[in-house]
Amino acid sequence: MHEMGIAEELVKIAMDAIPEDMTDPKVEILNLRIGKLASVVEHSLTFCFEIITKDTPLENAMLVIESVPVKIHCKVCHQEWEVDSPMFKCPDCEQGEVEMIAGREIEITSIELADEKA
Amino acid sequence: MEINIQKRVLAQNETDADQNRAFFKEKNVFVLNMMSSPGSGKTETLCKTLGHLMPEIRVGVIVGDVCTTNDADRLAVTNAKVTQINTDQFGGDCHLAAHLIDASARKLGCDDLDLLIVENIGNLVCPAEFDIGEDAKAVVLSVTEGEDKPLKYPLMFQVADIAILNKVDLLPYLDFDAPLAVDNMKKVHPGMPVFEISAKTEVGFEPWLEWLRERVKEKTAR
Repeated sequence: MHEMGIAEELVKIAMDAIPEDMTDPKVEILNLRIGKLASVVEHSLTFCFEIITKDTPLENAMLVIESVPVKIHCKVCHQEWEVDSPMFKCPDCEQGEVEMIAGREIEITSIELADEKA
Repeated sequence: MEINIQKRVLAQNETDADQNRAFFKEKNVFVLNMMSSPGSGKTETLCKTLGHLMPEIRVGVIVGDVCTTNDADRLAVTNAKVTQINTDQFGGDCHLAAHLIDASARKLGCDDLDLLIVENIGNLVCPAEFDIGEDAKAVVLSVTEGEDKPLKYPLMFQVADIAILNKVDLLPYLDFDAPLAVDNMKKVHPGMPVFEISAKTEVGFEPWLEWLRERVKEKTAR
């Protein structure tokens, strides 16, 4: 259960990104990329985020999560492929010298703010 | 208005881990991060392992648990330098983050150490996600768990450099299929060395000890 720590980091990064000169900023959306093999439970993350953003510019902001597939690269024959089960042997040369090149991301790509009231 | 950010959320931990790595390199100490589910026998494995390695190899241990100093107390009898982290002060975290290791390693002092072992909090999920600046990660699975654990928790077995299959002395009394468990580990991480041991009887210990001695030698020779 490290989703609380991740939610806290999200809040820090998003708060830092809000332009200082904005009056009464309101963040509507946080766009995230989370790898399928990153140990993040979406429901838990949303739950933690909701709790810690009460009475902040992030209150009621939505977490829009793009799920990133797991991608493997074979160091022997340089094939790259996506996996949907935890079997990481190269299907072509059947070697085990593989590395994961995608699927562990926990990234914030952007925030979307409500227009300032005139 | 959309504001582009493109930032890794665990970037702070990665920075802290890099600083730890630099500190351990400066001190010429090999750091092993030991992870597993609760009850796999990490502490017993360490107690027996230290008995073989010390005093030729000078060992320190950082033990992580949510509560209690039970494991640190058990390890203290080995005469290794031991320090305990209890994460209940940090909200009961289920893993050790890099900044906690930094504080503990400095408290322990690494000048007179060749090997620092971090006994992480028992959990097959979260610790896999957090780099602590270690040289190698080890995962311990015991035969009282399930053969399919590597398939259920693939990230842990994918990031580990070696695996230990513990409590093999119990195999005659269980339905556990050890070759299947090892096969599942290798499906997730082909080529990963797996040491089949019993911390109780010390069967299978020599290849594991040899692996550790070699890694320490490589690091301290730099």
